Amino acid sequence: MIGTISTIMMLAAPILIIATGGMICERSGVTNVGLDGLMSIGACTAAIVHQLMEAAGVGRISLTVALLVAALVSMLISVLHAIASVDLKADQTISGTGINLLAAGITVFACQRIYGTDRSTEFKMGMVKDGLGFYPTLYIAIVVVVLAWFLLYKTPFGMHLRACGEHPAAADSVGINVRRIRYIGVLSSGFLGGLAGGCAVLTQTIQYTNTFVNGRGFIALAAVAFGRWTPLGVTGASLLFGTSLALSTISAMTPALKAIPTQVFNIIPYLVTLIALVIFSGRDYAPKAVGIPYEKGSS
Amino acid sequence: MEKRIKKEKKPFIDWFLSSNGATSVAVVILGFLAGVVLLLCIGKNPMGLFTSIGQSIFGKSSKAGGWNFRTVGDTLMFSVPYVLCGLSMAFANRVGLFNIGAEGQYTMGMLAAHIVAVCIPSFPGQWLLCILVALLVGALWGGVVGFLKAKYKVSEVVATIMLNYVALYLYPLICLNLLPEATVNKSGRTADLAEGSLLTKILFEGSNFNIGFIFMILAVVVFWFIMEKTRLGFGLRATGFNKNAARCSGINDTGNITLAMAISGAFAGVAGAIILLGSVRYSKILTAQDNYGFMGIAVALVGNSKALGCLLAGYLFGVLKSAYSIMQGLGIPKEVVNIIQGLIVIFISFRSGLKLIEDKRSKAKIRSIKEKSGESPKAEKEAQK
Repeated sequence: MIGTISTIMMLAAPILIIATGGMICERSGVTNVGLDGLMSIGACTAAIVHQLMEAAGVGRISLTVALLVAALVSMLISVLHAIASVDLKADQTISGTGINLLAAGITVFACQRIYGTDRSTEFKMGMVKDGLGFYPTLYIAIVVVVLAWFLLYKTPFGMHLRACGEHPAAADSVGINVRRIRYIGVLSSGFLGGLAGGCAVLTQTIQYTNTFVNGRGFIALAAVAFGRWTPLGVTGASLLFGTSLALSTISAMTPALKAIPTQVFNIIPYLVTLIALVIFSGRDYAPKAVGIPYEKGSS
Repeated sequence: MEKRIKKEKKPFIDWFLSSNGATSVAVVILGFLAGVVLLLCIGKNPMGLFTSIGQSIFGKSSKAGGWNFRTVGDTLMFSVPYVLCGLSMAFANRVGLFNIGAEGQYTMGMLAAHIVAVCIPSFPGQWLLCILVALLVGALWGGVVGFLKAKYKVSEVVATIMLNYVALYLYPLICLNLLPEATVNKSGRTADLAEGSLLTKILFEGSNFNIGFIFMILAVVVFWFIMEKTRLGFGLRATGFNKNAARCSGINDTGNITLAMAISGAFAGVAGAIILLGSVRYSKILTAQDNYGFMGIAVALVGNSKALGCLLAGYLFGVLKSAYSIMQGLGIPKEVVNIIQGLIVIFISFRSGLKLIEDKRSKAKIRSIKEKSGESPKAEKEAQK
């Protein structure tokens, strides 16, 4: 039982981190379909940095460094999305898709350059569980989501950010710099996306392969929509989806669940989100201006 | 329009900014340029990129020197799923929808073809039934999204992404639990596909070129005909331009949205059937996304959502895919191709920036004309055109 909860938390923590990033981004008025790509880039970077530093004998500090570098690199890539969607008023779905496609190329290219194969060399030791059986990523995720909640709902900055997602023209008219806020929104989703990728790769596996992320960025996207764009909702959704991911991996070994094919658990997050979107329809939970580029003077 | 009547010559920059075709070509060139720079950075000869592309188009081997038409046929065949998925995305795009779900519709089409090919005993012409069923299932998978969008205002972007993954896991779920098992090599495949369901190979000897290609050409023609020549296409395009205006002039916009997504899905569904029955040719259980659907987005964007544009852009992507394997032999890291493709899509999204420049230029023009003619309102009107 403890083992199951530990597995669920291991899988849910990265989803919660990246979904929080996606939530902040969407609340500022920019959709980010590129979350999956950003997560891959983060995972790849973290795996490479950790492996190289481990081989150099740096010690456990390399885990922290790997996470930070992963977050920063991924944030750097998300600048592309910010330029396209904020400055150039591009279709945000297109630039997000571009990020996803680009990530598939860059990550394998990096592994090829450094290791000569399509995957990173295995590192010896990832993160270790604490006394309670949880990985540190769980605490990182909790800190991230609490911080995001505080920022969004308890500070003036958060109110400005939400205003930019609901009605940018109104925000602009009272002197809020919509461009700056939206940049911050996109970059924080890049930062958290990379962090999530790093958290995932350092707890769930020992190397980066191009199938590792496997659509979890899209699960996060689902978690944002299913969680109705609020920190509490996103946390609940991430836990639910983490559970269903965990069940898909452990159902084969559990007698009670053996009768159910594993794919059923894989489908649950997506199907549940779709059904929820239909049920919630009519009540507008999504930020009103999400996905629409803001043009000054045209409200 | 006024310009053409007056035969006034536009400056190059204005022509470039207003022509979608020209900017598409520029974007592709820019993508390749980035690839070349990348190759130079890591100390490889970028010529290898172009010789392998040349080889995949013309079949002339750079190493052996001989001609090999097998490659030409393979390259043409590689472009089939790109063109079809491109058409899928393009069709939705013209109606103002973003179909990111060609991937799922492709998967469902493939699954449908798989089921028909395994469960029905072989008969001549079975492939036609497979493709038709794939078309219907693809249309259904897309149409559901259109219906949800029209009826419940569910964002088609989120809905299609969800259905992509539902389809991906539905494939093994159905194949492993409902279809007859394979007798040999059990893992990763079901019982064999019926002989009559495989697409006949034609023309290029030794290559994978098959009658699926004809369906692609047919699809391009159908796309063009529906969009540009029929009442239905006119209504669809009107919905895409301005939904409210279309509704006011008596066009059924909610019906159009459902129909558009269904037709869009049909193109992708056919692509899935052609890949399974023409290229894979055995009862493989799909476990990872083939990514044709996502690349279809790029194809449609480069092709400006036009039938001919998608054909050309799809061929370009097919060439890149074909060059992918040749490149490795020349010591060029093949991931450069993926990076080029990703950059092309990102540059395409940057294209909206050109519109900002265009607006700025036309505003500047208005200002200069105003100054010249002493603020005559007529001149201002002319400049706007």
